[in-house]
Amino acid sequence: MLQGIAFYLLAAVAVVGGLMVVTAKNPVHSVLWLILTFFSSAGLFVLLGAEFLAMLLVVVYVGAVAVLFLFVVMMLDVDFVRLREGYARYLPLAAIVAGVLLAEMIMISLVVVNGGAAADATGPAAATTGLTNAEAIGRVLYTDYVYIFQAAGIVLLIAMIGAIVLTLRHKPNIKRQKAHDQVNRDRKTAVEVKGAVSGAGVSAEDLV
Amino acid sequence: MNLELLVTVGVFAPLLGALIVGLSGRRLGDLLSKSITTGLLFVSCAIAWIVFSQWTWGHLEPFTVHIAPFIQVGDFESNWSIRIDALSAVMLVVVTSVSSLVHLYSWGYMAEDPDKPRFFAYLSLFTFAMLALVTAADFMQLFFGWEGVGLASYLLIGFWYKKATASAAAIKAFVVNRVGDFGFALGIFTVFWMFGTIEFAELFPMIAAREGTGWEFLGHTWSALDLAGVLLFIGAMGKSAQFFLHTWLPDAMEGPTPVSALIHAATMVTAGVYMVCLLSPIYEYAPYASQIIALTGAVTALFAATVGLAQNDIKRVIAYSTCSQLGYMFFAAGVGAYEAAMFHLFTHAFFKALLFLGAGSVIHGMHHEQDMRQMGGLAKLLPITYAVMMIGTIAITGLGIPGIGGFAGFYSKDIVIESAFAAAASNHSPMGLFAFFVGILAAGLTAYYSWRLIFMTFHNKPVWKEEGAHHADDHASHAQLETHSEPLADDHADHGHAHDDHVHHGPLKPHESPWVMLVPLLLLSVGAVAAGFLFEPFFTGHHENEFWRGAIFNGPANHVLHDAHGVPTWVVWSPLVLTLIGTFVAFWLYVLKEGMARRMAERGGLIYRFLYNKWYFDELYDFIFVRGAKAVGDLFWKIGDVKLIDGLGPNGAAWASLKSAARLGKIQSGYVYHYAFVMLLGVAGFLAFAIYAWGA
Amino acid sequence: MEITLAHYLAVGAILFTIGVFGIFVNRKNVIIILMSIEMILLAVNINFVAFSAYLNDISGQIMAMFVLTVAAAEAAVGLAILVTFFRNRGDIAVDDASVMKG
Repeated sequence: MLQGIAFYLLAAVAVVGGLMVVTAKNPVHSVLWLILTFFSSAGLFVLLGAEFLAMLLVVVYVGAVAVLFLFVVMMLDVDFVRLREGYARYLPLAAIVAGVLLAEMIMISLVVVNGGAAADATGPAAATTGLTNAEAIGRVLYTDYVYIFQAAGIVLLIAMIGAIVLTLRHKPNIKRQKAHDQVNRDRKTAVEVKGAVSGAGVSAEDLV
Repeated sequence: MNLELLVTVGVFAPLLGALIVGLSGRRLGDLLSKSITTGLLFVSCAIAWIVFSQWTWGHLEPFTVHIAPFIQVGDFESNWSIRIDALSAVMLVVVTSVSSLVHLYSWGYMAEDPDKPRFFAYLSLFTFAMLALVTAADFMQLFFGWEGVGLASYLLIGFWYKKATASAAAIKAFVVNRVGDFGFALGIFTVFWMFGTIEFAELFPMIAAREGTGWEFLGHTWSALDLAGVLLFIGAMGKSAQFFLHTWLPDAMEGPTPVSALIHAATMVTAGVYMVCLLSPIYEYAPYASQIIALTGAVTALFAATVGLAQNDIKRVIAYSTCSQLGYMFFAAGVGAYEAAMFHLFTHAFFKALLFLGAGSVIHGMHHEQDMRQMGGLAKLLPITYAVMMIGTIAITGLGIPGIGGFAGFYSKDIVIESAFAAAASNHSPMGLFAFFVGILAAGLTAYYSWRLIFMTFHNKPVWKEEGAHHADDHASHAQLETHSEPLADDHADHGHAHDDHVHHGPLKPHESPWVMLVPLLLLSVGAVAAGFLFEPFFTGHHENEFWRGAIFNGPANHVLHDAHGVPTWVVWSPLVLTLIGTFVAFWLYVLKEGMARRMAERGGLIYRFLYNKWYFDELYDFIFVRGAKAVGDLFWKIGDVKLIDGLGPNGAAWASLKSAARLGKIQSGYVYHYAFVMLLGVAGFLAFAIYAWGA
Repeated sequence: MEITLAHYLAVGAILFTIGVFGIFVNRKNVIIILMSIEMILLAVNINFVAFSAYLNDISGQIMAMFVLTVAAAEAAVGLAILVTFFRNRGDIAVDDASVMKG
């Protein structure tokens, strides 16, 4: 029973948060609502017995992705009012198509579930096995799915490189240190002995 | 000498001439071309007379020379062959005599024409086709000859092809003939369907047995033999310019006069009569068809005679006269007197060719003037032409005294008219009475217009000598370019200067024709005088049965020819009486009261205009058929082709694909969210399908 | 009341729909679009984990982990593109970007 209340509460919060993401006027608000949605979903994951995944969700999604969103939103100077134009125009059609899609998906879910999927499910089964969720995942991740694991790492690497490549700008007139050149500087190229007459001084043109 | 070889040479000699001169005439030169064709024709003529004399006075039996097989498909078998019997012997003589004389005549008439080899080649080609027609032993060769003479007629009418009216006339002749040929072909199909053979020798004995055969069509039973007879007669109507399909004959006068003499007087137009007589076995057992033939012939005779009364072009008068005389031949055949029809054909060939060639002589002497209103007073200037034209006119009007004799036309015309009466009297043919009255009436009209021609041309005052009279260009070569359009009677005096753009080579001096033109005229006039009394016993007289010897079939109830010799006296004298009346009326109007006819014509009364415009047949056909065909063509073109076929087919498909491509192109909007939306729709679709597949 | 698999699936479906809806309504604001995409991925994760829990199969959670990884990578690259886009145009209204119009 507690589980039921918890579920409904978390589910409601998630749904409401999602709706507010798309309908908020201020994009900063949208990001914050998104964070709320993520948190609620994490809660749902905990209910399902996947606490490792829930923490992962919080750390990665909320901590990294949503914060990134926030950075970008605050960095870009956009006119948000103008960006809301056309909202009402597309609302009816999008709502209809979305509604149809939702109905279909729920119907399929019902069909699949009533067709025997999870027939013997009594609820989240994590408690019976005695393993924590992290251990259970770890047992499979580095053995059966190690290739995918490595591939995921490469994907992340590529994404990182890609992001840097896309956004790195060299400002033309910024002075930077080139350590390699500094270290490899040779006495022959760096220093030149100009025979200066004693007592005569050196003028600027001589040094060039 | 082997007679079979002889007739083969005789039939193919003109073809040889046509091929040699037609293909290499330009290289051979004029003199050689003329000589080759004319020489070969005379050879043919000699052979024809040999065969004919053997038949008439010798004891020749009918025979058929088999040349080569033609078509052999299943039951349908046809061969090239030469059939010699009484009918073909008569026709051989007619065709080759007139043709050879026309060839000779053309040496003079076409002397100034630059295209002589082509002309002579066409003449010989025509002769060959006609010979193939008359010696045919089955329908296929008959049809080949039929079409061949039609082709040659087209080529010869349109000989001066640069002249627009000549080309149009040639096409008109061919098209109207084609209408007739369609009926002819249907008739041949009917015969083959009924009897399974198209060869005459096999066919004729089978006819009697199938006399009453019926044919179910549209819920009514028709007599199959009558149907075949009528269809075949439609072909004859086209070829022989009978009523309804006659419109091509007057326009065919656009061709040179020798062509008119050969084709449209003596030979091609008589092919219809020949066919009807040849198929006498069919017509003897097809009473309704015979009635129709008699009716059509009679109506044509009357119609053509009435139109001929009002024509001003010398050749057109003679053309309508031909049409009228063909009507006589047909109604003679229709009432059952086929022998009389053939006899009239035989004599008519001579005097009609004579009249045409004589008219050609007048035209030649008048430097290609053809309008009789511009002639007059030529009797002293063209004496020989005048004499032979008189002979021809006496022959055609049938002047003679019953019991004593007369010129050729007298014998043949009278027997035709008497047969009509006899057929009516013996109830063999109810149409006979109508034919009889029409015959004597037309005889009177014939006399009138024939003498009118003579008086207007040779007597009266010379119109051409008057100041301001317009005359045609001389030289036959200019005939290619100029158009002889006939102005209406009421405006010729006022518009006399319309043709003044012609070069005037000084005052016109009509002259007699050269001897090369006069010799054929003289020979033909011998025929016109003597052919009647010389050959009457053989064709329709005492020796009739031995002469024909089965070539013409008379049914068991057909005693028409026999009865014709026993008609009452008033019947015998009636044609002569009407002829004399017609002659006197013409004499009165044109000689005694000179100028009265012209004034009557200028008044332009209703009857005059009706007759002058040929009963408005050309206008009627133009309205019904030409405009009708054009309207149907327009319908099929604009609606059927453009709207339906093009619209649904290439043009429509192109338009549809362009439009749909333009619409579809809008899908590539370039906006990613459009693409995403489409993906979403796709997902929704898949889900729907999944629900259907799993939920059911 | 018994919380069955269907409930979790329904929650996932609703979140998915909201994400899709968000994409089509916010045509001009790319940031909202990216956030909607994140919500879609979240919905998919919920589905995976729910199935994993009710079918006693851990691979669902493994899958969800990888989805997470890829989502993070994609968000990073997407935002980098957005930044570049903004630098080039000065504005993030993407419905003006119709250079690929057919």
